[in-house]
Amino acid sequence: MTIDQDTIRHLSEASVSIELETEDMTLNIGPQHPSTHGVLRLVARVDGERVHDVQPVIGYMHRGYEKLSEVRTYPQITALINRIDWVSGYANEIPFIVAAEKLMELEVPERAQYIRLILTEMARISSHLVFMASYPLELGAATPLFFALRERELILDLLESVTGGRFHPNFNRVGGVKPAYGSGSSTRKLVQDLPAGFLADTRTAVGRVTEAVDQLEDLVAGNEIILARTKGVGILPPEVAAAFGVSGPNLRASGVRFDLRKAEDYLPYDRFDFEIPVGKSGDCWDRWWVRLVEIRQSVRIIEQAIDGIPSGPLQAKVPKVIKVPKGETYVRAENPKGEMGYYLVSDGGSGPYRLKIRSASFSNISILPWILEGVLVPDIIAIMGSLDFVLGDVDR
Amino acid sequence: MPDVILDLFSNFWVALVGKVLLVALMIPLIGMVIGFAEMKLSAKMQNRVGPYFAGGRWGWAQLIADGVKFFQKEDLIPADADRPVFKTAPIWVLVGTVALFVVIPFGPDLIFRDLSVGVFYALAISSISTIGVLMAGWSSANKYSLMGGLRAAGQLIAYELPLVLAVVGSVILAGTLSMSGIVEAQIEAGYPYIIFQFVGFAIFMIAALAELTRIPFDMPIAESELVMGYLTEYSGFRFLFFFLAEFANMFTMSAIAVTLFLGGYWLPGFSESQLAYLGPIFLMAKVFVLVFVMIWFRWTFPRFREDQLQSLAWKWLVPLALANILVTATFKVVF
Repeated sequence: MTIDQDTIRHLSEASVSIELETEDMTLNIGPQHPSTHGVLRLVARVDGERVHDVQPVIGYMHRGYEKLSEVRTYPQITALINRIDWVSGYANEIPFIVAAEKLMELEVPERAQYIRLILTEMARISSHLVFMASYPLELGAATPLFFALRERELILDLLESVTGGRFHPNFNRVGGVKPAYGSGSSTRKLVQDLPAGFLADTRTAVGRVTEAVDQLEDLVAGNEIILARTKGVGILPPEVAAAFGVSGPNLRASGVRFDLRKAEDYLPYDRFDFEIPVGKSGDCWDRWWVRLVEIRQSVRIIEQAIDGIPSGPLQAKVPKVIKVPKGETYVRAENPKGEMGYYLVSDGGSGPYRLKIRSASFSNISILPWILEGVLVPDIIAIMGSLDFVLGDVDR
Repeated sequence: MPDVILDLFSNFWVALVGKVLLVALMIPLIGMVIGFAEMKLSAKMQNRVGPYFAGGRWGWAQLIADGVKFFQKEDLIPADADRPVFKTAPIWVLVGTVALFVVIPFGPDLIFRDLSVGVFYALAISSISTIGVLMAGWSSANKYSLMGGLRAAGQLIAYELPLVLAVVGSVILAGTLSMSGIVEAQIEAGYPYIIFQFVGFAIFMIAALAELTRIPFDMPIAESELVMGYLTEYSGFRFLFFFLAEFANMFTMSAIAVTLFLGGYWLPGFSESQLAYLGPIFLMAKVFVLVFVMIWFRWTFPRFREDQLQSLAWKWLVPLALANILVTATFKVVF
């Protein structure tokens, strides 16, 4: 057998290139890992500390809520969708209930709308405070966690006093909000309203949240190491963010002034005076900063809403068995994590024919393979934490 | 009766056993005290109560209970682990710490062995524990452990240099490498060297934090990235060894800093005979001030990134330490 010159050269080159090639290590981050916010799995191909590519693997948290809601009635579904983004359970209910009301052409009483708005903003504050707590922890600083969670507890206590639940309020009804204190039973009619002193307590609580936010800004923003770890890390340009469907604070951090509270009319936000913070460069630092400012803006909205809350009924007139007329609609809302939308298809029954849930975190983490390419291993955590997702919101 | 005891201790072997026992008891004791201080102080800094129930009051027995718990645990070794290396790694980490106790002067005559190259010995021996860390990371057959071990090795190489260069200033001023000699030189001069060697002291403390792999330099452990780094696969009493070594190392590193820069066992206004029995107390007090600062740092700062740590060492600490040596030497020659 003869081997020609070309083949020999080819073979020798091949052996050389094999010798010089160092193998990448496949690092499996998760599903059980301290900083993946639940059960996200990342398959990272790393060369030392340098990440070549990352593939997120989702589905460990899938609970089939879209399918389950097809066999449940409208009042039952709020109990399910509370658990999509459990950090801000209350905010999840709003777009779904509004979608059902839109198809039924119900006029929701003003007071109920204000209560919804106040509680939604409180859910936003509590969700952002969780981010303020967990993000420095992921960068290695354990102490801000306690400062942020302490004030969050005030908010959760107030949420509980109104709704009965800290995380899963299950408070909205089609046509209004749930009457308080066991009212609604046919034998005993109680006053259907907020608990006594709630508005005053809320004003005190948001005042303390403002103080805590100032403290957190001192503690975190004044820290050189945090700045070194987050500035210029994980830059997300606005066009890329929009192309991947990133929404919420992550989109605004990239400099896009887009907030569904201004763009849509699911709650009467147009009556309030608040600003939409936007970042400059779209790095991890901006994503942290946008959320910090959003807490302050939420406090502003709550204070205005407490001043202007009208009196009146909490429920519109609705039939005993809620049946939504045939039709379909899409309602989206600005949730703490981003755009949350429900595409509701009704065939006229007491439950939806089909419910498509557009959750914010799912679209937000679709950016991971793009944004994590070529970063260092510690930056995986810094960037992933700054996107602020919840696995229940990813997998539904 | 005292004569009998003194005669007994003048026997080399009896004295040796006594000294070994003393160190062997000191390390767990110091580890427990510092560990408890860390628990309570971190709780204070974070609006918590900290350990509360163990022991009946303030949870003082928490660390004892933890120790007992660690000994009861199963000694797990991963199936793919390099067994002998995995088993001996914690010992090496602790050996480095124990060996450091040799040259720390607790009082005028209270030193286990006053080596003429004490400073050199201390700096050399303190690196042994990093070898233990590297062994632990390598032998665990875990990718997170491996990365943690490699980070620790990189950190050692980067920070050994500023650590060594930082103490040169003190050595130049004292004109000796012996640890007790340096303290005596400070007593003679009448001031602790930190007054002229503040830069050296600051560099030494930063580098010591990096050697101890404590926040802000805890990348080898980095629980939010590497789970627990090289400690991931350890459990039971082997984990306890690492745990003890960390706290005992905080003590020894602080003790070296105190000896070189803060006057060791000496406080102004005390005669040598008074220092003979008050010295250890002064030394401990100074050491615990530095340990407190380390704990304070840990619960305030986040951690650096690996490349930032390297650039801090090579671009800032090493040139600064070299400049410090230059200035110190010039002053020594001129004045």
